[in-house]
Amino acid sequence: MSSQDIPEENVPAERASDDHGHGHAPVVVADEQNPFADPGLPPHEHRIQDIDERAAKRSERLVAMLFVLSMVATVGFIASYVAIPNDKSIFVFPLGHISAMNFSLGMCLGVALFSIGAGAVHWARTLMSDVEIADERHPIEAEPAVKAKVLADFKQGAKESALGRRKLIRNTMFGALALFPLSGVMLLRDLGPLPGTKLRHTLWSKGKLLVNMNTNEPLRPSDVAVGSLTFVKPEGLEEHDEDFQKEIAKAALMIIRLQPEDIKDKQELEWSYQGIVAYSKICTHVGCPISLYEQQTHHALCPCHQSTFDLSDGARVIFGPAGHALPQLQIGVNAEGYLEALSDFQEPVGPAFWERG
Amino acid sequence: MKKLSARRRHPLAAVVVLLLALAATGGLYAAFAPAGKAQADETAQSLGITEGKKLYSVGCASCHGTGGQGSSDGPSLVGVGAAAVDFQVGTGRMPAQQPGAQIPRKKVIYTQAEIDQLAAYIASLGAGPAIPTKNQVSPGGADIAKGGELFRTNCAQCHNFTGKGGALTHGKFAPSLEGVDPKHIYEAMQTGPQNMPSFPDTTLSEKNKQDIIAYLDAVNGDETESPGGLELGGLGPVSEGLFGWVFGLGTLVAVAVWVAARTAKAKKS
Repeated sequence: MSSQDIPEENVPAERASDDHGHGHAPVVVADEQNPFADPGLPPHEHRIQDIDERAAKRSERLVAMLFVLSMVATVGFIASYVAIPNDKSIFVFPLGHISAMNFSLGMCLGVALFSIGAGAVHWARTLMSDVEIADERHPIEAEPAVKAKVLADFKQGAKESALGRRKLIRNTMFGALALFPLSGVMLLRDLGPLPGTKLRHTLWSKGKLLVNMNTNEPLRPSDVAVGSLTFVKPEGLEEHDEDFQKEIAKAALMIIRLQPEDIKDKQELEWSYQGIVAYSKICTHVGCPISLYEQQTHHALCPCHQSTFDLSDGARVIFGPAGHALPQLQIGVNAEGYLEALSDFQEPVGPAFWERG
Repeated sequence: MKKLSARRRHPLAAVVVLLLALAATGGLYAAFAPAGKAQADETAQSLGITEGKKLYSVGCASCHGTGGQGSSDGPSLVGVGAAAVDFQVGTGRMPAQQPGAQIPRKKVIYTQAEIDQLAAYIASLGAGPAIPTKNQVSPGGADIAKGGELFRTNCAQCHNFTGKGGALTHGKFAPSLEGVDPKHIYEAMQTGPQNMPSFPDTTLSEKNKQDIIAYLDAVNGDETESPGGLELGGLGPVSEGLFGWVFGLGTLVAVAVWVAARTAKAKKS
């Protein structure tokens, strides 16, 4: 489309006739018929730089100085990267003791970037044209003539391609276009496979010993004092195992010991051993490790969203967004006197998922 | 021998044998017993207990009962051990100033000698953990990396990653571990003061505790270097977010105002 085709209303008002920008649309005075008349643009005021060449020179020098400062800072960045040993520490008020390299790299990079921006802004504010221009709105819709031309062109194209006549080409093309996106859809298969029953099972099973994560030794009931807190992992899971993180994320346990008469929940008492109870460490809200245990109140608090569980009452939720109690692991003692699991968890650990029911 | 043998069925023979056996045991004990320790028990230890009981009656008995049996205002002290007393009184938490969600750390009002006497008295009420020796709490030679691992497993959930402390429920909080005497850190782990769970030697060995103390000394000590500078309390996203919103966003707003501000206009003349 050539420039002659630009519709009249797209041309900025009075632009051509006014190269100094002093004029503006004829002011319509507000009267009773038209109380909210367009007051037009205010008269343009010149900046100091527009009329005083010395001031303009000063601005120019300042902008150039900022750009030079940026160059110096960039060179400083490279120099400090090369020259400063990365274990050197200096004292800078008010940051305190700080790595000399971090400090100089950060300062140089910051100054280099900020100076470019500040120079550009100062340049635009003081030296570039600041004449107010009204840029009128215009309808988005094309002219009727243009629309008719486009439609005619389309019809002509359809006729020339003989798409309507050569049905074989048309149908195979549609087939190719429809099938092609399937390759993209197919890649989504890598999101799977479906978890199956993995969310319902952990590494715990009958007879697995409770191993203290601090000492890597199996726990005896006498090791666990009332008011103490111990974290355990299932026997056979070692920290250097490839799947350690994956498995401990489900199997992590916290072991506490209560006076048996303090346990209010009947099932909790049955599943405990001499007041020793084992609860999943994974919050049932979104799965944060929850172990902020208060030994006097027997409350465990989740640090993420403050869900609070009463470990003396079946780990009931007493505050916060968690949907259900922490799963408890049934424990007992084996023939050698070590604490062992009596089964896997009876319900999925961690956050709820929709098939959980 | 014949005479002895002949009288072995005499009615008094059993009594004579018993007397002889008792004399022999007593004599052996007197000969082999650790004399120095027994003597110390006579003087310093029992004196400490007596003095400690006096201090206890004045400063502690109103809440913990006249014999340490506890009351509605304070728990029983039977079996808490000397370590618990050294921690609670040595950090100024005890005697408590006022009841509340948690008794905070404050100015220590007893001398170490008086604390030792109080501890000796409480330890005499029932067996409990003893005050650790200098050697036990010294961070020298411990495994700092292992200590960090243990700290993150056992402590960081409440005390934050470098021991800066954090909030708990209903006004309770995990205090900052900055500037806390290694002895008191050790005692806190062993005894579990207030709502802190305990980590007895059976689940967190003496060596483990030393490693943790060494880790805290490395990340939170006076000599600790902070490569990033300006830690903002080391509390993580809360203080950092606040700083970002106030100063970061504030700077951006100021720059935006400058960009859009009216430039100086030439005066009309």
